[in-house]
Amino acid sequence: MTGMLSIENVSVSYGKVEAVRNVSLSVEEGQIVTVIGPNGAGKTTLLMAAIGLLRSTGRMLFRGADLAKVDVEGRVERGLCLVPEKRELFSDMSVADNLLLGTYSLRDRSTTRKSLDDVFDRFPRLKERSKQAAGTLSGGERQMLALGRALMAKPKLLVLDEPSLGLAPLIVREIFRTIASLRSLGVSVLIVEQNARAALETADYGYVLETGEVIQSGPADTLIHDPKLIAAYLGGH
Amino acid sequence: MTADIAAILAIDGIATGAVYALVAIGTVLIFTVTRVIFIPFGDIAAFTALTLAALDARQLPGTVGLVVVLACMACVMELASLARAGELRAAPKAVLGYLVLPLLAVGIVWLVMRISPPMPIRIVLALLLILPIAPLLDRIVFRPIADASVLLLLTVSVALHFALVGLGLLFFGPEGVRTEPLTSLALDIGDVHVPGQTVLILTAALVFSGLLFLFFDFTLLGKALRATALNRTGARLMGIRPARAGTIAYLLGSLMAGVSGILIAPVNTIFYDSGFLLGLKAFVGAIIGGMISYPGAALGAFGVGILESFASFQSSTLKDVIVFSLLIPVLLWRSLASQHSEEEVEE
Repeated sequence: MTGMLSIENVSVSYGKVEAVRNVSLSVEEGQIVTVIGPNGAGKTTLLMAAIGLLRSTGRMLFRGADLAKVDVEGRVERGLCLVPEKRELFSDMSVADNLLLGTYSLRDRSTTRKSLDDVFDRFPRLKERSKQAAGTLSGGERQMLALGRALMAKPKLLVLDEPSLGLAPLIVREIFRTIASLRSLGVSVLIVEQNARAALETADYGYVLETGEVIQSGPADTLIHDPKLIAAYLGGH
Repeated sequence: MTADIAAILAIDGIATGAVYALVAIGTVLIFTVTRVIFIPFGDIAAFTALTLAALDARQLPGTVGLVVVLACMACVMELASLARAGELRAAPKAVLGYLVLPLLAVGIVWLVMRISPPMPIRIVLALLLILPIAPLLDRIVFRPIADASVLLLLTVSVALHFALVGLGLLFFGPEGVRTEPLTSLALDIGDVHVPGQTVLILTAALVFSGLLFLFFDFTLLGKALRATALNRTGARLMGIRPARAGTIAYLLGSLMAGVSGILIAPVNTIFYDSGFLLGLKAFVGAIIGGMISYPGAALGAFGVGILESFASFQSSTLKDVIVFSLLIPVLLWRSLASQHSEEEVEE
């Protein structure tokens, strides 16, 4: 099996506080992997380290190559794309321009037109609003735009930070349906989520992160039936 | 003051304002992309005028020495930081960007000067020599402190301005220059006489701001620059390197400043230190526009130009006092206006 992303004994500190401690996880090609856990467990910190926005110790391999000396932009060029929790859209620019900027890291932009049509097929709402400023979109539309923009970059591994945060249940279902459909495109996905049930229903494999450490991992359909996890994360749903 | 005089003053003010507008737009461009308030911008404009004057006199301009020194420094610094990061594989690219390209500009100027080229070519040569200066200064001075606060960047920027004035004296000497007029034509609208130079200044300002607008709206690189200005983290996640966006912003800004220097050189006598007032007045214009809006900065710059024109008619000794006193009420109004909008957000 070829590894897409493998994180080995990675730790991340803010000054003296270690937010992520000795975490190892891996994403195989074509797999959807989720990291669940409570607020403040270090999930976002782990992703920031994976994309290179935070310094970390330990080893990270992306498609077999060491990422230690690769900066954020270099990781994006290699096909590792992050959709951050805050979406980080260009709010004063139009929806179409936001999507076009997704292709910035590509060498070959001859397929831009087709990628744009694909994104508009997937999210017809974005097509309706393509000339509108991104800042005027609703929360769900903003998440669709962030996802669409990342897809324009033709990622090999898409990293999603809390894709369901602040969205209505109906939209959450739509977003996760889209994520599941990425499997057919051959895109691997790493999702960090508080909405553990939705994440585990979509994912192949899951990790549970608590206070910066992986306390449990396994196939998603095993985790979803684990009595301890049901009590801690899945009970309320 | 009669209507005739008012019309003449207004036209004069609009021409001056157009020159300030070019520099103000460049200032806003660089500030939004790199967070640096680039005070030496006026110096870039003045150096362009001095370069053109030297080319007109068939001399090798002092800019050549300046560019060669800066290129060597930037190249050494880039190689040193690459070596520290263990990334010497990227060395050829660094040498090409920071040494070969600037020296190529110098070489082209040196070669073309031997055939005594006509005026338009000399203008292009002057711009070609000016373009590398700001990006090289960015690499030498601002890149190592790119993550510092805006205040620190501003302080360094002011220091850099004084360093540049000193270098200007060294490379260009203390003499003032005035270049040949670009046109001797004139236009008569009713009773008002409009010099051709004024028309040219306005046209150039409109053309270059128009080109910038097209670049921002219709090219991916232009959009990437806007994206960097709007959201740095978001831009990085698209693979847009802030340092590269900064270099392009400095190149474009230098072009605007260079054009304004060429336009003003036949009208005003330019010394090695003339850039400061030009840059500062453009900065006032940019502040009126809130440092983020291009049309706002351009309008502000026109306002400054017109005010200066009328002020110099009333009292030429006090014209700068009047222009810079304008800054106080504008800043007060700006701070009150922005407080107001914050309150609205809280509701």
